Amino acid sequence: MKSNQNDAEFRLAWIGMGLAAPAGFLLAILYVLPLLCLLLLSLTDYELGATTLRWLGTENFQRAWQDPVFIRSLKNTLVYMSIVIPGGVLLSLLVALLIHQRVRSRSFYEVIYFLPVTSTMIAMATVWQFLLHPKLGFINAALKAVGLGETAFITDPSWVIPSLALIGLWQMIGFNMIIYLAGLSQIPQEIYEAAEVDGVHAGWERFIHITWPMLTPTTLFVVVTTCISAFKVFDTVLALTQGKSQSEVVLYAIYLEGFQYFKMGYAAALTLIFLALIFAASSIQLLKMDKKAHYA
Amino acid sequence: MKLKTSVVVSHAVLLGGAAIMLMPFVWMFFTAIKAPSEIFEASIWPWPRTWYGFAHFQEVLKSAPMGLFMWNGLVVCTGILIVQVLVAIPAAYALAKLPFKGSESLFMGILVALSVPIQVTALPLYMGLSLAGWLNSYFAQMVPFFLSMFAIFLLRQHFKTFPDEIIHAARIDGMTEWEIMWRLVVPSARPALAAFAVFSVVAHWNDLYWPMIVITTTELAPPPLGMLLFANAESGANYGALMAGATLITMPMVIAFLFARKQFIQGITMTGFR
Amino acid sequence: MGSSLSVKNISKGFGINKALVDVSLNIKPGEFVSLLGPSGCGKSTLLRIIAGLLNADQGDVALNDASILGLRPNERNIAMVFQNYALYPHMSVHDNIATPLMMSSFPFWARQPLIRNFWPGNRSTNLSIDEKVLSAAKGLQIEMLLDRKPSQLSGGQRQRVALARAMVRSPAVFLMDEPLSNLDAKLRIQIREELSQLHKSLGATFLYVTHDQTEALTLSDRVAVMDAGQVLQFDTPQNLYQKPANLTVAQFIGSPQINCWEMKADSLGRLNQGEWLVQGNLQLSVNSKVTLALRPEQIQVSLNASEFSQVVDLRVKARVTRLENHGPEWIFWAEPTTGKPIPLIVRASTKSMPKISVGDILWLGWLLQDCLIFDPQGQRLDINLIPGSQA
Repeated sequence: MKSNQNDAEFRLAWIGMGLAAPAGFLLAILYVLPLLCLLLLSLTDYELGATTLRWLGTENFQRAWQDPVFIRSLKNTLVYMSIVIPGGVLLSLLVALLIHQRVRSRSFYEVIYFLPVTSTMIAMATVWQFLLHPKLGFINAALKAVGLGETAFITDPSWVIPSLALIGLWQMIGFNMIIYLAGLSQIPQEIYEAAEVDGVHAGWERFIHITWPMLTPTTLFVVVTTCISAFKVFDTVLALTQGKSQSEVVLYAIYLEGFQYFKMGYAAALTLIFLALIFAASSIQLLKMDKKAHYA
Repeated sequence: MKLKTSVVVSHAVLLGGAAIMLMPFVWMFFTAIKAPSEIFEASIWPWPRTWYGFAHFQEVLKSAPMGLFMWNGLVVCTGILIVQVLVAIPAAYALAKLPFKGSESLFMGILVALSVPIQVTALPLYMGLSLAGWLNSYFAQMVPFFLSMFAIFLLRQHFKTFPDEIIHAARIDGMTEWEIMWRLVVPSARPALAAFAVFSVVAHWNDLYWPMIVITTTELAPPPLGMLLFANAESGANYGALMAGATLITMPMVIAFLFARKQFIQGITMTGFR
Repeated sequence: MGSSLSVKNISKGFGINKALVDVSLNIKPGEFVSLLGPSGCGKSTLLRIIAGLLNADQGDVALNDASILGLRPNERNIAMVFQNYALYPHMSVHDNIATPLMMSSFPFWARQPLIRNFWPGNRSTNLSIDEKVLSAAKGLQIEMLLDRKPSQLSGGQRQRVALARAMVRSPAVFLMDEPLSNLDAKLRIQIREELSQLHKSLGATFLYVTHDQTEALTLSDRVAVMDAGQVLQFDTPQNLYQKPANLTVAQFIGSPQINCWEMKADSLGRLNQGEWLVQGNLQLSVNSKVTLALRPEQIQVSLNASEFSQVVDLRVKARVTRLENHGPEWIFWAEPTTGKPIPLIVRASTKSMPKISVGDILWLGWLLQDCLIFDPQGQRLDINLIPGSQA
C-alpha cells in the first residue's frame, strides 16, 4: 500500500503543492474562469448592464461570418500579416547577418535598431501620423521633391493597411534581430572553418548551405512570434485611424463590440474566434517548447 | 587597414537602415522645438532654422500631468513585477524540484496560458472587476498580469539546472525548503531575474489595451494612456505640442534602455532560448 | 602519395599578442608529425595558417615546394579534422561526407540546394559521389550510419564521420586539431591505434596538434615541441626524450617530470666542491649557474648504501615523503636527509623494491653520466660529468 511510501517524499510533495498554489489559484481565476465565461457569454446575447439575457446557441458565431466589419477586419489583418511576417523575418535576418560580423560597431547598431522596440507605440504612432501627413509630413514633402504626387497614407483605403504594416515592421525589426543574433552566435566557429576547408566559402553559399539550415529553429520561433504579435495589432489603428477608411483589424473590431457597443455576448464569440486563430499559430511553438521542456 | 568592398557595403546598408530606424525619433524631437510656422512649412529637413525653445514642452506640461503619468507607470510596473516574482519563484521551484501530483497538468496549463493574450481575457476580467466595483484603480491595472507564465517557465528551466546534491545536503543540514529556495537557489538565478525584470517593466510600461479599458480618470493613467488622452484633447494640428508630448512619454524607456542595454537584450534573448 | 610540407618563417600576431614567432618546419612526404605544446603555444594557430583559415603576417607555406599561400583552403589539397568534429548538424552522415566532393564536382548553380538533387544532368556526378562516400564510409566501418544525423551518433562515431569527410577527397596532407581530446580514455586509445593504421595505409602526410604527450610520442615520426609561439625542438620522440635541446623540452617531455636542481661551478669550473668534473666539448665558465637534470627511472634504490644492483657514482640517503603505487612500479618522492631538502622523484619497479612506505629511509644512487646539463639560459650543454676521482 502506498501509504508506507517515503515520508520525506510525501512531505516534499505537499510543500511543492503549497508553493505552487498561488500560481495555480491565479491561473484559475485569471485564465480558466475567464475562458469559461467567454464560452458561456458567446452563447448568449448579453449586453453590459442588461437585466435579461437570451440563449443564442451558436448564433453569434454565425453572425460573425456574415458581419461585413468583422470579415473586413480579418482580411485587413491578413494583409497586414502578409507584409509584416515576411518583412519582419527576412529584414531582421539580413540586419542580424550584417551586424553579426561587425566587432567594433556592433553595439552601436544594436542600440539603434532596438530603440524602436523600447518606445511607446502610441507615442510613436502619433509621430508617424505627423510624418505621413499629406501636407505637413516629411515623407510627402520628399515625394513631392522628386516629382511624385502627394499620397494620403492614412486616409486612403488602399494605402492605410500597408502604411500600418510598415510602422509595425519599423517597431519589430530590432526585436527579431536580437533573436537572430543570439541564434547566429550559437553556430560554432568550427563549422564555418570545416565549411571553408570543404570549399563552402563565406557569402551566399555559406548562407544557403550552412547558416540558414542551422537557423531553422530560430526562424521558426521568429515566424511564430511575429505572426502572433502581428495578429494582435491594435495600438497603431487606435492612434492613427480609429478604424476609419476601412482599416479595422480583428482586435479593433472586438474592442468596438465589447467596449464601445457593450455587446458582450457577440464580442465574446469574436474573441473566441480570435483565440482559436492564435492557438493555431502558437501550437506549433507550444509543441516544440514542450519537447524542449521535457528533454532539457 | 584594408577596406574590403563587402565591409563597405555592409555598413552602407546598415547605416541606411539605421537612418530609417532613427528618423521618427529625430523628427519627433526637432519638431517639438520648432516654431509652429516652421512646422507648417513641411520641409524635408528636420532641424529648425530659428531657435524656438521649449515652449511646446511647457504647453504639454501645463495641459497634461506628465509627471503623474510617469508615476502611475512606475507604481503599476513595480507592483506587477513584485507580485509576478513572488508568485513565480515558489511555483517554478516546486515545478522544478518538488514533484507532486498535478504538477504536470499545472505546467501544461501554464504553457497553454502563455498563448492567451490579455486581449482575450480582457472582456470577462473587465466584467468581473466591474461587478466588484474595483475598476479604475491601480489594482485593476495590475491584476491580470500577476501571473507571469513566462517568468515561471524561465525560472523553472533555470532551477532545473541547479544541482540536486546541494539541495539534498541543505536538507540534511536541516534547512527548510523555504530557506533553500530563497537562500540557495534564487541567488543563482539572479541574471535571469534581472533580465526578466527588465522585460516585464518594458512590456507593462508600454501597455495600452488593458489600461485603456479599466482606467477612466486621468489621475490614474499610465504613460501610454496619458499620451492617448493628451492626443485626443489636442484635436487639431498642434503637432509641436504633440511631438513634445511624444518625446516626454518615450524618453524614460529610451533612457532606461541606454543604461541597461545588456539586461534588455538578455531579457529578449531569453524569450527565444529557454 | 603524401606531399612534403614546409613552413618558412611564419609569424603571426593578434594585436600585441605574438602567437607565432618565426616558425619554420620541414615535413617529409608521408611523415606523421605532431605539434605538441601547452595551451596557447600557437600550435592551433599554425595549423590554421597551413589550412588557409588564417593569414600569416609573414612567411610562407609550401606543399611539395610550391607555395600555397594565396590559395583558398579547399584549393590546397589538404583536409582537416577538428576537435569538436565540426559535422554539419542538419545534414545526414552521407551528406556530411559528400560535401567536399559536392563543392568540387559541381559548378555554382548546379550545387544549389534543390537543383543539386533534382536536376537530371547531375545524376551521374551524384552517383559517382555516392560511390566515393560509400567507400570512405566502409573504410571506417560506418557505412550503416549513412542515413543518420550527427546528433544520433556517439562521440567515436562522429569522429569517424569527420575522418571520412577528410579522406574522401584523398588529400595529400591531413591536418588534425586535437581530434581525440573529446573522447573518453578507452576510446581515445582505440582510435589512436586506428589513426596510426590509417596513416600507414593512406601514406599521406599527417600533421597532428595535441597537448597530450603520450599521443604525440606514440603516434609520430617526429614531434615539434612548441611554446610561446616558437618551436623549441623538432625531432624524433627518442631524441626529444634523451637529448632535449633545452630545459623546457626536458621538463615538458616525460612523465613524471624530470628531476632538476641548480648548481654553481667553482673557480676551476668544477661542480660540487670539486667532486664532479666536466668532460666534453665545452668547459664551464667560472661561477656560472647550471641546471642538472635526471630522469626518475635513472635513480637506483636500495635499502642500504652498499647494495645497489648497478654501479652508481653517487649515493644519497633520503626519506620517502609521498608514494604512488602504479601496479608494476612505484613512483615516490624522497627528500635527502642532508643538504637541501629538494624532493627527488623516483621510479622503481615493484619487483626490485617490493615494499615501500611513507617515512621510510632509503638510499638513492645514480651515475653522473646520466645527468643532463643545461646552461643558465636553459640550453643543453653537450658535456658529461665524471667523478673527480676519475680525472
